Amino acid sequence: MDSRLEFAKSEPIWNTNNRVFSIIAGLIILLFALPLFGMNSFYLHLFIMIFMHAVMAQSWNVIAGFSGQISLGHGAFFGIGAYATSFFYMEYGITPWISIFFGMFVSAIFAVLIGIPMLRLSGHYFAIATLLIGISFQVVFQRWDLVGAASGLWVTMTPEDSWFALQFHSSKVPYYYVFLVFFLITFFLVWLLSRSKLGYRLRAVRDDPQAALSLCINVSNYKIIAYVISAMIMAPMGSLFAQYILIIDPDRVFNIEISIIVLLITVLGGIGNVWGPIIGASILVPISEYSRIYLGGTGGAVDLIFYGLILMIICIFRPNGLISFIPKDILERKKQR
Amino acid sequence: MTSEIIIQAIVTGLMMGLIYALIAAGLSLIFGLMEIVNFAHGEHLMLSMFSSFWLWSLFGLDPLFSIPITILLLAFCGIITHYFLIRYILKAKMLIQICATFGLSIFIRSIAQLLWTPDFRNVDKPLLEGRIEIGSVFIGQPQLYASLVCLVAFFGLYWFVTKTETGLALQATAQDRHAAEILGIPSNKMFAIGWAIGLGCVGVAGGMMANYFFIFTDVGINFALFAFVAVALGGFGSIIGCLYAGIIIGLVESLGGLLIDPSFKLLYVFAIYLLVVIYKPQGLFGRY
Repeated sequence: MDSRLEFAKSEPIWNTNNRVFSIIAGLIILLFALPLFGMNSFYLHLFIMIFMHAVMAQSWNVIAGFSGQISLGHGAFFGIGAYATSFFYMEYGITPWISIFFGMFVSAIFAVLIGIPMLRLSGHYFAIATLLIGISFQVVFQRWDLVGAASGLWVTMTPEDSWFALQFHSSKVPYYYVFLVFFLITFFLVWLLSRSKLGYRLRAVRDDPQAALSLCINVSNYKIIAYVISAMIMAPMGSLFAQYILIIDPDRVFNIEISIIVLLITVLGGIGNVWGPIIGASILVPISEYSRIYLGGTGGAVDLIFYGLILMIICIFRPNGLISFIPKDILERKKQR
Repeated sequence: MTSEIIIQAIVTGLMMGLIYALIAAGLSLIFGLMEIVNFAHGEHLMLSMFSSFWLWSLFGLDPLFSIPITILLLAFCGIITHYFLIRYILKAKMLIQICATFGLSIFIRSIAQLLWTPDFRNVDKPLLEGRIEIGSVFIGQPQLYASLVCLVAFFGLYWFVTKTETGLALQATAQDRHAAEILGIPSNKMFAIGWAIGLGCVGVAGGMMANYFFIFTDVGINFALFAFVAVALGGFGSIIGCLYAGIIIGLVESLGGLLIDPSFKLLYVFAIYLLVVIYKPQGLFGRY
């Protein structure tokens, strides 16, 4: 680990595998240019959902992939983010751009409160606790009159498009760019994190807690740090989602399906890998959107059946996710030269 | 608030607690054996209740008599689960194990939703009906018998694991898989037996609850949550710990619901979980 760390530190950050770098740069430019070609609103919606789910999965990847702790209630932070922006906009007229940070702050506090008792213990305790937390949040918000109880919050609509209120009614293009920018920022930051000292320590904690402890890494503190980072990535997505659909209720934003899908996307794409969530999201989100079109409304949870099946098959045959099909030397920088 | 209401709540809590205890015991047995938490436990409970329901609705078999069939079906289901899923993930990382059983739970629940729709069902006019009145405390007969059967099954399980040869072999496998294999105990077979027994317990609980509980596809979630808490509370892998933990949870749930607010039952149980995990992380009777 140490030699790799020295290696990572000695090199400038942009000195990445050149081919990969140019592909990524090309893709980013393409994504920025896409709406200019006049996509219809369904495709815009599809891309927005892919960006959103990729970031949500990345958030789960930070806690589960990097530090090895499984959270089964990540929807809680999504909901906190959603309620934070909607509530403060409706009650006090605070712009969502500020309350996004408030949502992140509250999520971080909850992550610390949950993390301190739970992350000292082995993984099963944490997984069970987070499962309980996810459902507790839904129960509490369903009964909490201040935030509209079970009927939720209906965000007051501005008469026309407004960047202040982050509401756009005439077109989805602004939403596309907002989500795209958040997506790129998050992935860049997580990529930096994965290469940083912190990232290496988190992986050490995941792979062998006792060895990490013997190297003076405070295991439980690092787990809590990872959980807080993870929560702070999740909350803005909840906020943006609330601004996107403008009606939130506990059943929608605290749904256990959110916790399921982030897990599924990450495991499908490749857990513990920065690029895994992109792969997972760009495969799974189209499946789910198209199955909603063709199979939706039947009441049968057909897409969930596939989710469960995919999850089991991936776990049995490809525990490292689809990204393990891609040769390693393309993904990582060339080590010897 | 009179003392009768409190006694009533305690009795109700005790009866629910015994059912939680049996469900948790199955979970704990599986965990102790192979250190895998079965996150599909609630869905297996749902399956057992539906098996009871369909045997009643298609063949007119009262839930009381269909219990042996339900147990066998669930035990078979456990063996299938082991054979097709668990076998492959025994050596995988914990993260993959959790994801796999979680995937199984999603799969079972949504298949059930597709096949049987999310409607609420119940068994009409089962043999066990009515209530008993002791003083001013009312005890529903189905609830009473369900908890008694669960208690008997619990001690049957305990006797099986601690006294019979197969049970001792199970314990040996739980303690050290490889040492047991050297002594001629096939660990794969033991795992399959463990799954069969663990889900058989769920079959008993589900079959008895079908007498009075609503049967729907999401019924398992709450029971599974309480079972997880009971297992953590009693100590992962300890079977007798589940009995105490189950009773504690049942009491907390019903007394909390009575004294504070019934809509936050889950939160009281969660609070208990937090307290135990903070002050006694190995649980009340835990090995670890």
